[in-house]
Amino acid sequence: MSTAVMETPAASRVHYLNANYGIKSWLFTTDHKRIALLWLGSITFMFFIGGAAATLIRLHLIEPTGALVQPATYNKLFTIHGVVMIFFFLIPSIPAVLGNFLVPLMVGARDLAFPRINLLSWYLYIIGAIFVLYAILTGGVDTGWTFYTPYSSTYAHSQVIATALGVFIVGFSSILTGLNFIVTIHKMRAPGLTWFRLPLFIWAIYATSIIQILGTPVLAITIFLLGLERLLHVGIFDPAIGGDPILFQHLFWFYSHPAVYIMILPGMGVISELIACFSRKRVFGYAMVAYSSMAIAVLSFLVWGHHMFVTGQSVYAGLIFSVLSFMVAIPSAIKVFNWTATLYKGSISYDAPMLYALGFIGLFTMGGLTGLFLASLAVDVHLTGTYFIVAHFHYIMVGGAVMAYLGGIHFWWPKITGRLYPDGWARFAALIIFVGFNLTFFPQFVLGYLGMPRRYAVYPAEFQVLNVMSSAGASILGIGYLIPLIYLIWSIRYGPVAGPNPWGAKGLEWETPSPPPTENFEEIPVVTEEAYAYAEPEDGSHG
Amino acid sequence: MAELSAGSTHAAVHPPGFHHQFEDMEQQHEAGNLGMWVFLVTEILFFGGLFASYTIYRSLYLPGFEAGSRLLDVKLGATNTAVLIGSSLTMALAVHAAQTGKRKALVLFLLLTMVLGAVFLGIKFDEYSTKWHHGLVPGLKWAPDEEMHNNAPLGSVELFFCFYFFMTGLHALHMLIGFGIMTVMTVKSWRGEFSPEYYAPIEVSGLYWHFVDIVWIFLFPLLYLIGGRY
Amino acid sequence: MSGHVVSVRLYVTIFLALLLLTGLTTGVAFIDLGPYNTVAALAIAFVKMLLVVLFFMHVRYSSGLTKIVVLAGFFWLAILITFTLSDYFSRGLDNPPNGWGPSISAPPNP
Repeated sequence: MSTAVMETPAASRVHYLNANYGIKSWLFTTDHKRIALLWLGSITFMFFIGGAAATLIRLHLIEPTGALVQPATYNKLFTIHGVVMIFFFLIPSIPAVLGNFLVPLMVGARDLAFPRINLLSWYLYIIGAIFVLYAILTGGVDTGWTFYTPYSSTYAHSQVIATALGVFIVGFSSILTGLNFIVTIHKMRAPGLTWFRLPLFIWAIYATSIIQILGTPVLAITIFLLGLERLLHVGIFDPAIGGDPILFQHLFWFYSHPAVYIMILPGMGVISELIACFSRKRVFGYAMVAYSSMAIAVLSFLVWGHHMFVTGQSVYAGLIFSVLSFMVAIPSAIKVFNWTATLYKGSISYDAPMLYALGFIGLFTMGGLTGLFLASLAVDVHLTGTYFIVAHFHYIMVGGAVMAYLGGIHFWWPKITGRLYPDGWARFAALIIFVGFNLTFFPQFVLGYLGMPRRYAVYPAEFQVLNVMSSAGASILGIGYLIPLIYLIWSIRYGPVAGPNPWGAKGLEWETPSPPPTENFEEIPVVTEEAYAYAEPEDGSHG
Repeated sequence: MAELSAGSTHAAVHPPGFHHQFEDMEQQHEAGNLGMWVFLVTEILFFGGLFASYTIYRSLYLPGFEAGSRLLDVKLGATNTAVLIGSSLTMALAVHAAQTGKRKALVLFLLLTMVLGAVFLGIKFDEYSTKWHHGLVPGLKWAPDEEMHNNAPLGSVELFFCFYFFMTGLHALHMLIGFGIMTVMTVKSWRGEFSPEYYAPIEVSGLYWHFVDIVWIFLFPLLYLIGGRY
Repeated sequence: MSGHVVSVRLYVTIFLALLLLTGLTTGVAFIDLGPYNTVAALAIAFVKMLLVVLFFMHVRYSSGLTKIVVLAGFFWLAILITFTLSDYFSRGLDNPPNGWGPSISAPPNP
């Protein structure tokens, strides 16, 4: 653990947190760092909404006949859980919180290219969230987060339009954030900061932004068409006039598959930063990791049909999508190998961020490998619609993305707040989360393999033991998530003051005080060295 | 180790309209352009979902789509195409006027662009009214005359008209937004806010307007002309 | 700060070309070319789009980055269209195993 250098206490220096006071200075700010904190508060709130739905689901599934709610309500619970967690937590999380805070700092700029659009993006998120919260409070929605027609367009008697509107609006939030990052990274890098000197986090954010730009508009038009069909009682997915519900799925998954890479790519960027810092080594194969982010961005758009193998899509299209789905795993695997090689002969320290990073590598790998089972068309026929799928994507999204998010929050917390958090509690929480996570979701792989369907409010009695294990794990996981909430908030007031670089990390964000001044840097830095220029290890091994 | 730059360009001239997150006007201009192009890419995909769906259904239901297309007024469609192309010319001339510092010409061309845009929307409104009168509006008033669809399957004709209204309606919505943008630009131009050194908002608004024109350039043949009018 | 200034003369020339092409595409629609009506209409529309993009929108004089951004947009639209079409065009081709009923084909012509 590094020594906390006692700097001039933050209170006596002007920085972005104390430069202005009052609620208007926050709600009308254009400072990317303040906007990042607005996002932090909002997505944390939505995380607990989605988590509440998950809690009710797991409580309900303790009994084979359902312990808690009616099946109609159960449908609403998993729908709300999915909609909130995907659109209002995972997709924004790392880009909107860590990306907004760090991108200008990491590229040596004073702010993003379009600060007012940045603020607009947050307001759009809030408006979208209000629509979804309204939907939840006025009866909920039960179509699944996938909104498949014709149920969503014709037969559902729930708050489809309000939810769809919320998702539509938050999509524009996502587009604007991505746009801002692309322009900033292209046009506002500090002198000397060439593309291949950029931190890998920036490459990851850049690739993510490309996906956001190219994919989200298709979701927007699809939701728009769904809304029109629901309102007009006729539309282009309506079989009565020759429409095809499968077309909805094509359009929906054209976005929603790349969306899962929107959720994981930034996490991979965080992991590159954490592994490098806590191994005190350059990331092995930097260029390959950068290229793999771009490859993922491109390939992710070519595989969406693997969500539709059993829907009536042609077998030949299915074959093509299956082959491409195997290919898209390759760049992810390249990253895992490169991180592992970075660890090799590194000087490893086990601070909390590193625990999250190590957990990510293991759990993401499991999630990714199980994705290959699902990419195999013939195997997917049996596993689709079962808990195997649920386990697969939770290993990636929770074991992967959420762990990366928490690791990043812990890593950059001192920079963001100027405070250190209690490391003992942080490591403890990381372990609780790891244990709770595996206990929750590993049994679900088994359940899926044994044939338990997903999105069902009841299940055969023989599956009860595994379900109870899963629910028990969920309670541990929930506690694990509450602990950081407590000590991180505590640290804002009572944590030891942090210096500019408590971890001894490389990167422009560490060369400015903690918390940074509003204008980020006194003078724009000039970059002369490669990324992760840690001192060479003594035995000469290097990446 | 990154060094602090000696004399940064921060002390350089701050022309009107300069935003301080940038290092200089050139960076700001390039960023604005790139930003608008990235936004237009999102619009390509936004409209693209409709174009993709149209392509698929047309390949499946050609007779119905052709029958539907023949019910559209080609003369009005062609006129509208010419009107919109004219508005793109006036928009390009507006940018030219801004680049060469001609304030009055700039305002004039922006106003002309808006006038032509209004003509376009007027013609569209006329077309929509006619469709309503003939009962060709899916979902709201779908009661076409028997001989109107020439024995083509009625369902796919209705599907065609879904596309007609969704695509031209979304296009018209974008034109209305363009109107709003042009209004703001006209007011700012009148106030003399632009010059050869700072005209990026005009240029960027022009990009948006031209994009809306391009969407129509494709909508016109796909909706009005692929109907076998011979 | 500079951007390329295109001459008024060039703008008007492009405008006239666009009008001409509009007239052409409208006229061709009244001649029976069979399947080539569609090809002609799309080709002319494509040329018109190129003229607007290259000259009215200044892409002819823009950086390589701008050109790549524009191309990427259309390329991704092409991905959406072709991959989705590949499903619809190949649905009638498969021979399902015995007992599965008629092959999954395009939705019936209503």
